[in-house]
Amino acid sequence: MAKRETKRLSSPQELEALRKSIIEKRDHNKPCITICGGTGCLALAAQDVITGFRREIQEQGLETKVDIRITGCPGFCERGPLVVIKPENILYQQVKGEDVPEIVSATVKGNIVDRLLYTDPNTGKKITYEHEVPFYRKQKRLLLGDNSNIDPTEIRDYLALGGYAALSKVLFEMSPEQIIEEVKKSGLRGRGGGGFPTGVKWETCRQAQGDTRYIICNCDEGDPGAFMDRSLMEGNPHSVLEGMIIGAYAIGGHEGYIYVRNEYPLAVKNAQIAIEQTEEHGLLGKNILGSGFDFTVRISRGGGAFVCGESTALMASLEGKVGEPRAKYVHTVEKGLWEQPTNLNNVETWANVPLIIKNGADWYSKVGTEGSKGTKIFSLVGKINNTGLVEVPMGISLREIIYDIGGGIPGGKKFKAVQTGGPSGGCIPESLLDLPVDFDQLTKVGSMMGSGGMIVMDENSCMVDIAKYFIGFLEGESCGKCVPCREGLKRMGQILTDITEGRGKEGDIELLERLSAAITDSSLCALGSTASNPVLTTIRYFRDEYEAHIRDKRCPAGVCKELITYLIDEEKCPGCGLCVKACPVEAITFMGKKKPVVLDQEKCIKCGICYDVCKLDAVIKK
Amino acid sequence: MVTLTIDGREVQAEEGTTILEAARESNIYIPTLCYHEEVTPYGACRLCLVEVARNGREKLVASCLYEVAEGLRVKTNSERIASNRKMIMELLLARCPNNKAIQDLARQLGVEKTSFKLEDKQCILCALCVRVCQEVVGVSAISLVNRGVDRQMATPFYEPSDVCIGCGACAYVCPTGAIGFEDVGDTRYIHWPNNKMEFKLRKCKTCGNYWAPEKQLDYIIKKANLSPDAFDNCPDCRD
Ligand SMILES: Cc1cc2nc3c(=O)[nH]c(=O)nc-3n(C[C@H](O)[C@H](O)[C@H](O)COP(=O)(O)O)c2cc1C
Ligand code: SF4
Ligand code: SF4
Ligand code: FES
Ligand code: FES
Repeated sequence: MAKRETKRLSSPQELEALRKSIIEKRDHNKPCITICGGTGCLALAAQDVITGFRREIQEQGLETKVDIRITGCPGFCERGPLVVIKPENILYQQVKGEDVPEIVSATVKGNIVDRLLYTDPNTGKKITYEHEVPFYRKQKRLLLGDNSNIDPTEIRDYLALGGYAALSKVLFEMSPEQIIEEVKKSGLRGRGGGGFPTGVKWETCRQAQGDTRYIICNCDEGDPGAFMDRSLMEGNPHSVLEGMIIGAYAIGGHEGYIYVRNEYPLAVKNAQIAIEQTEEHGLLGKNILGSGFDFTVRISRGGGAFVCGESTALMASLEGKVGEPRAKYVHTVEKGLWEQPTNLNNVETWANVPLIIKNGADWYSKVGTEGSKGTKIFSLVGKINNTGLVEVPMGISLREIIYDIGGGIPGGKKFKAVQTGGPSGGCIPESLLDLPVDFDQLTKVGSMMGSGGMIVMDENSCMVDIAKYFIGFLEGESCGKCVPCREGLKRMGQILTDITEGRGKEGDIELLERLSAAITDSSLCALGSTASNPVLTTIRYFRDEYEAHIRDKRCPAGVCKELITYLIDEEKCPGCGLCVKACPVEAITFMGKKKPVVLDQEKCIKCGICYDVCKLDAVIKK
Repeated sequence: MVTLTIDGREVQAEEGTTILEAARESNIYIPTLCYHEEVTPYGACRLCLVEVARNGREKLVASCLYEVAEGLRVKTNSERIASNRKMIMELLLARCPNNKAIQDLARQLGVEKTSFKLEDKQCILCALCVRVCQEVVGVSAISLVNRGVDRQMATPFYEPSDVCIGCGACAYVCPTGAIGFEDVGDTRYIHWPNNKMEFKLRKCKTCGNYWAPEKQLDYIIKKANLSPDAFDNCPDCRD
């Protein structure tokens, strides 16, 4: 894109005039091919598609007829690389480089490439438009919805959609107290895990004594499998920045940091570009929009430890110290970064702010439940047909998310549990699928909102094994400072390993419960105090599975290798010998034609290959 | 001065002091392992947990870090506190089953045996040695390396430290005696849980006894700007 001369905007009128000129220069009927350039699609070779489109348009001399826009992630990564043709919103999925010429010529003629449309697995019908795809239909995409209309490296796209109008409004029409009041009234609660009321946090920070106040955006996102913050930062960095500038003005801060994990290079890049462009436009830096308010933002790249997302550890890390939590008896809003009042919010929390200011707290608080307002983005993964990012109104049921949006469980398997809240969230069973999803309900059933991870498990998941997996993760991520978390999680891991390997003893469940209670109650930071959730919830809802492992040395889901026995069903086995050849340790012996084979339990390593190769279900797994 | 109640007793304390300090002033016992009055509190062993009433809820806090406040009501012993302390001791006892200090404290807190598999360590990673070395001695020769369960007390990269002066303050402050410390002839040996170092001792010009590490004496001379011969004699032979 050619470098334009940008003029620093020095009044709200100049901002509106620029916005008007951007919109007027655009031809709204001109087709625009939008290609997802998010990390998910790039991993699926979206770059070939992007280069393909650029080349094709140029070779055919279509620059005046068709626009191209590289956007952030709209959420349906499962089907990537995604291409959406605007203004109609025709959705092409799993697009490859070689599909490009066909899409271009169809687009120019106003036709549709049928074979690239999404097929609804339930009805078998092709679906043309993005908003008709079931995955999107039940979502409410207040935050992610704009992603496909925005090239994140192009501030003009954000401006065209009304960007920075909220900032202009607060700077010239609202006092800091009014902004805080509005945010409080909206009911916005922090999306980083704790669900703390954002307006209250801002107010406390504003009132705290200090030489200066710091504003921080938490984009550490250490939950494995979660990528909502990444997608917002990559796809719509200006919405986050605008939220931060509004917050800084309300709180009275002049310096800000975006703390991004190092593994998010595209988020870092797009945030950097966004900062530069806002500075060029006079929307960041000195005397913002001529209001006299100064605010700068710097990016800091985090080392990537999970615990560095915790507020005090994050601030220690920003100061260049070891990223270890400290006790928070003096809150960071009073003494945070370099001992000064510091306001830390999550990426998604910040992105909600411009919406609230633009549309008003009353509008915002219409979405959601009594105690949880607005939408929440979840990353839906695991044993689910449509994995991806979903943004839903608070209060939607788990069932709707999993079945209507997620498309249910693949392979006709039965649903078993869903784990919400990241590694230290809890596992919620089928009987609670109608639970409305909000902060308080999830806590009530022993799980939590966390930052929005959602992992679906089917009947083939062993809940003891799942608990072991999460405890193993947390054990590895514990900073190791305090005794209950460091020593306690290690012991928990050992006990769970023993149970899954057939060494479980009577009393282990009770010991786990006692240990959980102490780790929860006495750990120094929230990593430790939430870490027992996976164990406590699996005991609470799947106690029989623990008992089967401990008493009967049996894994009901057939996952724990040490507890599985493979047997030959003598009725069914005709002695074909397929398994005899397949067994890697020669544990199965051929006994002659029409005679069942014999499996030697002593030699069997429980690899399960015989079970997989037998076409007659004559190998039994127990 | 503020007035607070600890276990029903009214107690006066200086503003800015911690509950633990206030309790000790009043001879109220709270067990600790990672606390020492000479260094910044750390909050890692969690044995000093007490209950404070806040917003109508009883909250567990580390008394070595929590500051006193007017009207604060503190309990240093309750069913809840005791069961947490016991579990912490069970965990420490499993880590250091052969350590006398840990055995004694466990017994004192009502823990005779642990439910967990035994290891054989001496160090509980309280970081007292690290803090003393940094804050009191001022050299930062040792640190806690690695994260989580792999955490260990050691010199950087487990190499002999070139800033360590061999003063032995770490050994002195260690609550479990995990740091070995011995003068044999003209050499001092310091044996940390994961590595060790030797130091040449200086010979007293008068009595001929080896009395302190060369490095330590040089460090003090440099820091206090003393004359190079300030430590030619041992304290006993100095006039
Ligand atoms: C172990 C641990 C990890 C955390 N990781 C994150 C994270 O990756 N991103 C985040 O926004 N908050 C994280 N948090 C929560 C933060 O401490 C903090 O509460 C949050 O950033 C505040 O923002 P909010 O009020 O907007 O939610 C973590 C907390 C803990 C205890
Ligand atoms: S709870 Fe875990 S992560 Fe938090 S301070 Fe303690 S050891 Fe570190
Ligand atoms: S060596 Fe002693 S003082 Fe140092 S961390 Fe270990 S137990 Fe604490
Ligand atoms: S990255 Fe393209 S849809 Fe998510
Ligand atoms: S003495 Fe307070 S936590 Fe160790």
